Amino acid sequence: MKLLKNLLGWVDDRFPLTPTWKEHLSEYYAPKNFNFWYFFGSLALLVLVIQIASGIFLTMSYKPDALFAFASVEYIMRDVQWGWLMRYVHSTGASMFFVVVYLHMFRGMMYGSYKKPRELLWIIGMVIYLALMAEAFMGYLLPWGQMSFWGAQVIVNLFSAVPFIGPDLSVLIRGDYVISDATLNRFFALHVIAVPLVLVGIVFVHIVALHKVGSNNPDGIEIKKNKGPDGHPLDGIPFHPYYSVKDMVGVVGFLIVFCAVLFFAPDMGGYFIEANNFIPANPLKTPEHIAPVWYFTPYYSLLRAVPPLFGSQFPGVVAMGVGAVALVFLPWLDRGKVKSIRYRGPIFKVALALFVISFIVLGWLGTQPVTPTYTLLAQVFSVVYFAFFILMPWYTKIDKCKPEPERVTFH
Amino acid sequence: MTDNVDRSKRRLLLVATSAAGGVAAAGAAVPFVLSFQPSERAKAAGAPIEVDISTIEPGTMKTVEWQGKPVWIVRRTPEMLDLLAKHEGDLTDPTLSVPQQPEYCNNAARSIKPEFFVAIGVCTHLGCSPTFRPEVAPADLGADWGGGWYCPCHGSRFDMAARVYKGSPAPTNLIIPPHQYLSDTMLLIGDDKQKGAA
Repeated sequence: MKLLKNLLGWVDDRFPLTPTWKEHLSEYYAPKNFNFWYFFGSLALLVLVIQIASGIFLTMSYKPDALFAFASVEYIMRDVQWGWLMRYVHSTGASMFFVVVYLHMFRGMMYGSYKKPRELLWIIGMVIYLALMAEAFMGYLLPWGQMSFWGAQVIVNLFSAVPFIGPDLSVLIRGDYVISDATLNRFFALHVIAVPLVLVGIVFVHIVALHKVGSNNPDGIEIKKNKGPDGHPLDGIPFHPYYSVKDMVGVVGFLIVFCAVLFFAPDMGGYFIEANNFIPANPLKTPEHIAPVWYFTPYYSLLRAVPPLFGSQFPGVVAMGVGAVALVFLPWLDRGKVKSIRYRGPIFKVALALFVISFIVLGWLGTQPVTPTYTLLAQVFSVVYFAFFILMPWYTKIDKCKPEPERVTFH
Repeated sequence: MTDNVDRSKRRLLLVATSAAGGVAAAGAAVPFVLSFQPSERAKAAGAPIEVDISTIEPGTMKTVEWQGKPVWIVRRTPEMLDLLAKHEGDLTDPTLSVPQQPEYCNNAARSIKPEFFVAIGVCTHLGCSPTFRPEVAPADLGADWGGGWYCPCHGSRFDMAARVYKGSPAPTNLIIPPHQYLSDTMLLIGDDKQKGAA
């Protein structure tokens, strides 16, 4: 024991190990009223680790070559010892990543976690989300199935709709005039090294920013306003051991769900891995029905809802892009006086509910083939989706908020 | 000690050094960005191809690969050609004002010989390959469907000359590649200036 203590002292003289442990874990004071919704930040971190670990093992048997890619994935599934597990962990992890991140983002919207002083924290989080979408999109090309190929074809062609530079830009992304071996090889490089490096970096920055401003809570009030004589917030408790233990309960619950999907429904009825992706990529034939994976479908619906204007599909592409980044602007669109939904008026509650409904309906429509009825539905819910943002400065201002409590409450 | 410091000179040197460093960094980035361009091998892969069209039955389509893209060759029946003129009012661009075809295909049938129709089978919306639906008035496409192509991705509709119907997400007609007849049965796709053209 004495030896260990001496060793720690020796390290502390050379690296701030104990101070770092204290600042970020044992003396990081988080509000004591966290609820269920506060599991998803730490779970997102867990899934990131799962994805990196399973991804490393997959690269050991995968071949990023248009001639061998599909066969090498089947090789992983059939011949590599436990290869099927690595592959399904990775594909299930991809979808679960978005499940967790969407719930994490919804938590932020519910409790106003994007409002002052957490605007930058929110923006960094949105950058993570966009990087995650790029990561998932490029990863989906690698198995080189029909959905991989045609999904990439459609998404890369979105860039060619950009006026003037579009066609050259899409050639630059593909490295060829069509999705080809060159595209597969570079997407592999970006998927396994470039984007993960960026992701890990901004996740680190996200946590640093969080610990600077402190965690929000379901009451949306600042616990730093009421400090005890020891200088610590009266309504705060140290992250470790109180929330490290709580989060472990979340991890166990999450892993039960994760393993249920992994072992009993790894393709989740075509939502996590689409049936057409078990057919090798064929550049000459588009499958009868193509749709992106579920976590992209709300934006895909926005794209399909906008008809071409002035002989160009660019307006639809803009709608899709704006739809994806609109959340960045929440800190400045929301003019409500309180943070948490608990003390908001009825208008905001209805608006948030409509937003969630439109997101889910657009997501479902994006998985369906186009029919005139569905297109009309998509157009209606696209309007609802954007109205949530455009009208926000107005309805949050006139909304009647309830008074916030002085101290955090338990319900 | 700080009294004798020429601050404006320091600032000038700082800005000049930063600017020079920035230019150097931008210059060094050029080769990396350009390496994203298609390689010489990818550029060379666009060589023209020869296709034997004698085996195509009337009313059917043959798909060949050129520059990695599907190219359709359809042998249209006289009935198919007759239908072309009937729905011109429903098309986005029946007058072919957007140059999506070589000049020698700038006609109602968008082809050199009306019987054989050649087009690049890539939707002008987002690059899917539309499905060949030659049958007239099938249940799923409606009673006024006169044969053509239907894009499974976003529902664009094209007639038997690959002209886009109004209300489709695709903004323009499909592209006709440069092509020429080497003989009555041999078609060259990708080049229209080769010697011995018919």
